[in-house]
Amino acid sequence: MWKKFNRITTPVVLATALAVSAAHADEFTEADLKKWQAEFEAVAKKGEAIFHSNKLGANAVACDMCHPNGTNTHPETYPKFQKQLGQVATLRDMINWCIENPLEGKPLKFDDPRMIALEAYITWERRGARLQPGMH
Amino acid sequence: MGGKIDRRTFLKQAGALTAATAIPLSLVEVVWGKESGEKFTFAYISDSHLTQIKGTKFVRNFDNGLKRAITEVNFMSPKPDFVVYGGDLAQLGKREEIDHGLEMMSSLRTPVRWVIGEHDYYLDLGKYWEEKVSPLNYSFDHKGVHFVVLNSILTYDSWLDKWSKDPMARMLQMARLDNPQGSPFMVKDPQIEWMTKDLAKVDRKTPVVVLSHSPLYKIFKPWNFWTEDAEKVQKALKRFKKVTVLHGHVHQVLYNQEGNISFYAMMSTAWPWPYPTTYNQAQSAVPKLTVFMNRGDPHSERDGTGWGYLDLDSGRAGHHYELWENSARTVKYDSRRKKPQDTKYQDPKDRIPPQKHY
Repeated sequence: MWKKFNRITTPVVLATALAVSAAHADEFTEADLKKWQAEFEAVAKKGEAIFHSNKLGANAVACDMCHPNGTNTHPETYPKFQKQLGQVATLRDMINWCIENPLEGKPLKFDDPRMIALEAYITWERRGARLQPGMH
Repeated sequence: MGGKIDRRTFLKQAGALTAATAIPLSLVEVVWGKESGEKFTFAYISDSHLTQIKGTKFVRNFDNGLKRAITEVNFMSPKPDFVVYGGDLAQLGKREEIDHGLEMMSSLRTPVRWVIGEHDYYLDLGKYWEEKVSPLNYSFDHKGVHFVVLNSILTYDSWLDKWSKDPMARMLQMARLDNPQGSPFMVKDPQIEWMTKDLAKVDRKTPVVVLSHSPLYKIFKPWNFWTEDAEKVQKALKRFKKVTVLHGHVHQVLYNQEGNISFYAMMSTAWPWPYPTTYNQAQSAVPKLTVFMNRGDPHSERDGTGWGYLDLDSGRAGHHYELWENSARTVKYDSRRKKPQDTKYQDPKDRIPPQKHY
């Protein structure tokens, strides 16, 4: 009898579980949107602080000294060929190029939270620009 | 250049002779003018932002920029009559930074006329500068031209009061160009009154050159490419036939004409700044007249930096931008069009891809 019950109930439970998980994927609320936006903004805000900090590199130079409001970073053009690196590069490659050259510092790992924060700030400042990968 | 060897040819020959060291020389024309006044040349160096890391350690890149400018000015032949330093010698107004700059500048073989920038000023409100370097505003006459030097980077007292207990915090706030908590530059009424009085004794046909750190017109407030009371200063200059304003601060090729005043920006020896038009979140008023400098792509250390010299011919300026990683540019007052024109790139069809900024 238990066997029979199980046979009947398993698909029901499974279907219910699927329905629940499907609901998790689809039905986000205004509150969720707000929360996620706040998460992004908190990281971008951290990025703004790092971008304006003279502690990122080793020589007291900060990113904003050449790039006020993240200008002339052109996140919308990556990946693109970079002559300095001799290959098609990402924005994170170029962030590291700046850290290693004008800032005379050590490169960040691509998944370093500071790297992600810098990318969040730079792209936020450039919001609305048309994507133009490869462009110089 | 008046039937003599032209600059390009000279540079080519000089380049061939000194290929190994390749120090660019500047052959400058100095001719007694047929018209009123005489031609003369002065050089300018600006915005070196010498940055102390610790003790006697300074940012190498910025030191190199200033050293190179000084070396090249010393190689000018004939010598310029004087050198204008356009402000922001220091990064955070520290005595160490100003001393370091003075030590380097002392190797110039030409007298210097100093203009103060916000990076020199906001740590001690110009005290050390006034003691060791120069008065903050003054005037002088040279070969028939009247020069006025302004301290154009003052600001509202209410903003100063916020930082009165922490001078370094005040300096750091002003040092951040894109600071939403910043405060606009001003000349302020007492200085405008001083200038008006100073100019009262000057004939309206005498060419006037005003030296300031900030542009004495309004381009983009969020980056202080701006002087809050620019209109008042312009009004005080209105009765003169020929007025030229030379300013630093913007780290870029920039020129404009508003009424009787021609404006020219000086290059930085340290780093270039983007044009405000490239910030797509805000409106700016970058003069349409300006043909932009080359975009550094790929960027090398001395890209978008340099120095310059000016020929004053009957009181009108010809501005020669000495750009280390790009071809030199000349922007000259065109008496037919009544505004400055780039001698090579002014026509849109003559422009090159790196001059497009976005």
